[in-house]
Amino acid sequence: MPLVMLALWSAVARDAPVGAWTSQGFTAYYIVSLLVRLLTGSWVVWQMTMEIRQGALAMRLLRPLHPLVAYSAENLAAMPLRAAVSLPIMVVLLFTNGRAELTRDPLLLVAFPLSVVLSWLLWFLFQAIIGALALLVHSAVSIMEIWFGFFSVFSGYLVPLDLFPPWARTLADWLPFHLMLSFPVRTLLGRVTHGEVSALLSLQLAYVIALLVILRVTWRAGLRRYAAFGG
Amino acid sequence: MPSAIVTRDLRKNYRVASRAPGLKAAARALFNRTYKDVHAVAGVSFSIEPGERVGFLGPNGAGKTTTLKMLAGLLHPTSGEARVLDYEPRRRATDFLKQITLVMGNKQQLLWDLPPAETFALNRAIYEIEPRLFNETLAEISQLLELGDLVNKPARQLSLGERMKCELCAALLHRPKVLFLDEPTIGLDVSLQATVRSFIRAYNERFGATVILTSHYMDDVAALCPRVIVIDRGALIYDGALTELVQRVRPDKRITVRLSRPVEKITLSSLGELVEHEPTRAVLQVKSNALQASVAALMALPLVDLSVEDPPLEDVMRDLFAAQRKGLA
Repeated sequence: MPLVMLALWSAVARDAPVGAWTSQGFTAYYIVSLLVRLLTGSWVVWQMTMEIRQGALAMRLLRPLHPLVAYSAENLAAMPLRAAVSLPIMVVLLFTNGRAELTRDPLLLVAFPLSVVLSWLLWFLFQAIIGALALLVHSAVSIMEIWFGFFSVFSGYLVPLDLFPPWARTLADWLPFHLMLSFPVRTLLGRVTHGEVSALLSLQLAYVIALLVILRVTWRAGLRRYAAFGG
Repeated sequence: MPSAIVTRDLRKNYRVASRAPGLKAAARALFNRTYKDVHAVAGVSFSIEPGERVGFLGPNGAGKTTTLKMLAGLLHPTSGEARVLDYEPRRRATDFLKQITLVMGNKQQLLWDLPPAETFALNRAIYEIEPRLFNETLAEISQLLELGDLVNKPARQLSLGERMKCELCAALLHRPKVLFLDEPTIGLDVSLQATVRSFIRAYNERFGATVILTSHYMDDVAALCPRVIVIDRGALIYDGALTELVQRVRPDKRITVRLSRPVEKITLSSLGELVEHEPTRAVLQVKSNALQASVAALMALPLVDLSVEDPPLEDVMRDLFAAQRKGLA
């Protein structure tokens, strides 16, 4: 998706910048978006839903290792291979097309990996909460699809958030989705102030803690209801 | 020593939504859903001592697997008490999980795309098994189950029997003290069933582990379990020695005779109930107390061979459940 948007917006911005974005700015924005998505994306909700339906969750519950820890470990284990395939291509693309757009501010360069790790945690926790809902409702995947719809719009996945009309911008700031994509991307592109960075990193952390609590409650309630049907 | 497993009035109800088929009924069910409570386990109490091998019997849907799952901590009981090794299973304490195992013939824990050796290594890490102990146990189990080179083939390329052997190995590497075995021989051929049976027996004797086994193959139960617990429709209907159950439900014996020349049907049927009859072979069913007289009378016939057996366990179970249903009706 970012690649489609990249083609579209760089064409629009060829003659004159759109808002604060030049054609080259868009290129850098979407390449970094793609990079952040690749580093933070996981689809544990599909795995959880399938395993709950087929009863395979039973085998995980039998082991002296929390299933959610196992899921996150499996997700992280896929990361090196994903990075090995995608990182070199993206680094080359970024350096040939958008090098001037990247920040040289050392503080932001340190903040970027931090924000990516917290984004991964946020994304994983949201997925795990929706996955745990599969223990309680029939179609957690539909909830996931609605959630992803909101994510696409309000995370900056489709359009940089500062191109939104003011009211939508305000709404996006209130929702957590921008913390999962727009914020790390803007950090690497140097489009945030130092003050914003520390505020948003703290906000990410606060969300992580809140989501952990919600996940714990949902998971426990789900297990009480879990029927482990079949066999 | 305290009992390994204790249940007191253990119950599990499932709430099941029910509706008629069709679009109209589906639309109605959106707003006004009717639920039915299914009593999968309806008050079961028993206790099992350490080192016992107990067969858990009952027809499909009797509540066997539900009970096992509650004992293994997968399901929360609706009410009643379950204690395993003095733990409350539903809390799934790490120390508890490290001492039990549940093998389900129709589920697998082997990592599908990797060789079983990788699953074993993963379990070593998860169960925090000391490397020395791990190697020792692995060598011992491999030998008993004749695993050989299987452990290095990807799991998805193993045959059902090979996979089951590796499943058993993976489930026992941490030397659990309590084994819950749910249909461990399902789909296996006769010789592999025998291998699995003797392995379970060897493990039980070697480590003094407690074993609960459910199986539809009565041979499994007859070979492994001196004691059986029978449940039907969620309720316990028998708990005791297998031999006594057979005595009680079918107090008769089967006599199989082979004859050197044909004997008239009427002569044979005067000695007992004739179950099978061929020209030179016959199976008679007689009451236990009439056995001696019948055998003595048969000796007068042109005998080649004579054997006395209990009725097949399948028949015993069928009679037991039939009697139970009649009693309830």
